[in-house]
Amino acid sequence: MIPRFAPGVRLHHDKARARWVVMAPERMFIPDETALEVLQLVDGARDLDAIIDALVAKFAAPRDVIADDVRAMVEDLTNRGALQA
Amino acid sequence: MNAPLALLAELTHRCPLRCPYCSNPLELTRASGELTTAEWADVFAQAAELGCLQAHLSGGEPTARRDIVEITAAAREAGLYTNLITAGVLLDTPLLARLKEAGLDHVQLSIQDAEAEGAERIGGMKGAHARKQAAARLVREAGLPLTLNAVVHRQNLHNLQAMIDIALAWGAARLEVAHVQYYGWALENRAALLPTRTQLDEATRIVEAARAHHKGWLVIDYVVPDYYAARPKPCMGGWGNRFLAVSPAGNVLPCHAAESITGMVFPNIRNTSLRAAWEESEAFNRFRGTGWMPKPCQGCEYAERDFGGCRCQAFALIGDAAATDPACALSPHHAVLASAIAEAGDAAFTYREFSAAQS
Repeated sequence: MIPRFAPGVRLHHDKARARWVVMAPERMFIPDETALEVLQLVDGARDLDAIIDALVAKFAAPRDVIADDVRAMVEDLTNRGALQA
Repeated sequence: MNAPLALLAELTHRCPLRCPYCSNPLELTRASGELTTAEWADVFAQAAELGCLQAHLSGGEPTARRDIVEITAAAREAGLYTNLITAGVLLDTPLLARLKEAGLDHVQLSIQDAEAEGAERIGGMKGAHARKQAAARLVREAGLPLTLNAVVHRQNLHNLQAMIDIALAWGAARLEVAHVQYYGWALENRAALLPTRTQLDEATRIVEAARAHHKGWLVIDYVVPDYYAARPKPCMGGWGNRFLAVSPAGNVLPCHAAESITGMVFPNIRNTSLRAAWEESEAFNRFRGTGWMPKPCQGCEYAERDFGGCRCQAFALIGDAAATDPACALSPHHAVLASAIAEAGDAAFTYREFSAAQS
């Protein structure tokens, strides 16, 4: 499974406020740290395993712990309309 | 002072429709007075630098500008999220493809009613409804997200359920059900547009039922009219707090209706920067914060929640932009709203048009 942004949704660096925001039709929200780590790896090429691998390498945590977190986060972001089902 | 989050770019006042509740001012700017492509590109760059994240490309009808693709590209290049607010009647396949290529993020399409006859009487343009339906299809085929905007009032509220059905049938992910706000053209037509209390309550019931029924498929935003409210709306999230508009002629405004407050002078982008307009101009600072507030706003627990309501409405209804919005039950002028409701019931409209005296 390759996570993708839903139509009209993108991650944007808000320079004026030194933060990242998810821009979407008629709304925007500020992702928490975990969501941001995942969203920064959503590029339409990486599949779920590749995203998990990248975060395992970055955080040096057990793979199954990271994998559970990433799957839950992708599901949450999909429910919120940021990622495509 | 906060930085603005959103820019409303009113690219033109030209429009093939003539809606009697148009949010444009009574004195419309002609094509010869409009900012150029390069001037808009500069506005977008300055807006992004100032902290804006979104550009709403609006009008009038934004696609009435021949350079709408270049304008969209410039907004996107500046880093802004681009939302095209359109009546849809000028959209065709090649134009939509070019807009998508330019980086357009989202389309908000208006409808005037659920069926052609009513829609075309309200919008004042023959054949508009079918063209909007075609435009919705083109937007979806282009893979762009679609929001439908239905402005509702006394003469179309009986079709609200059918408008919700249209949003679903046309593939919109969002629907805005927006009761008319009464400034400018809408104030001229208030007696024909103001709904009854029964209509309003029925509309609220329909929206709530549809929200529950279509959860996960259709998001419904609902803007209620404050004529039946006890508290005013928190207009623009506060004057000069998170939003700015630039008019077709380049006036920098705290709200798109601000020019209806006669006597106020607004900065123009042709002789000032957007930052100076936002931070330093008298117009933006006049109603910023709570210091300007009269009683009963001064010291009120709602002062920083509803910001005293709407300056344009205070001016339009009681002639004083610095007064508490009469939509507030605490305003000594609150009764003017009940009087307007009592007088409503006209059928005829004054359609939006360019005044003959203008050059």
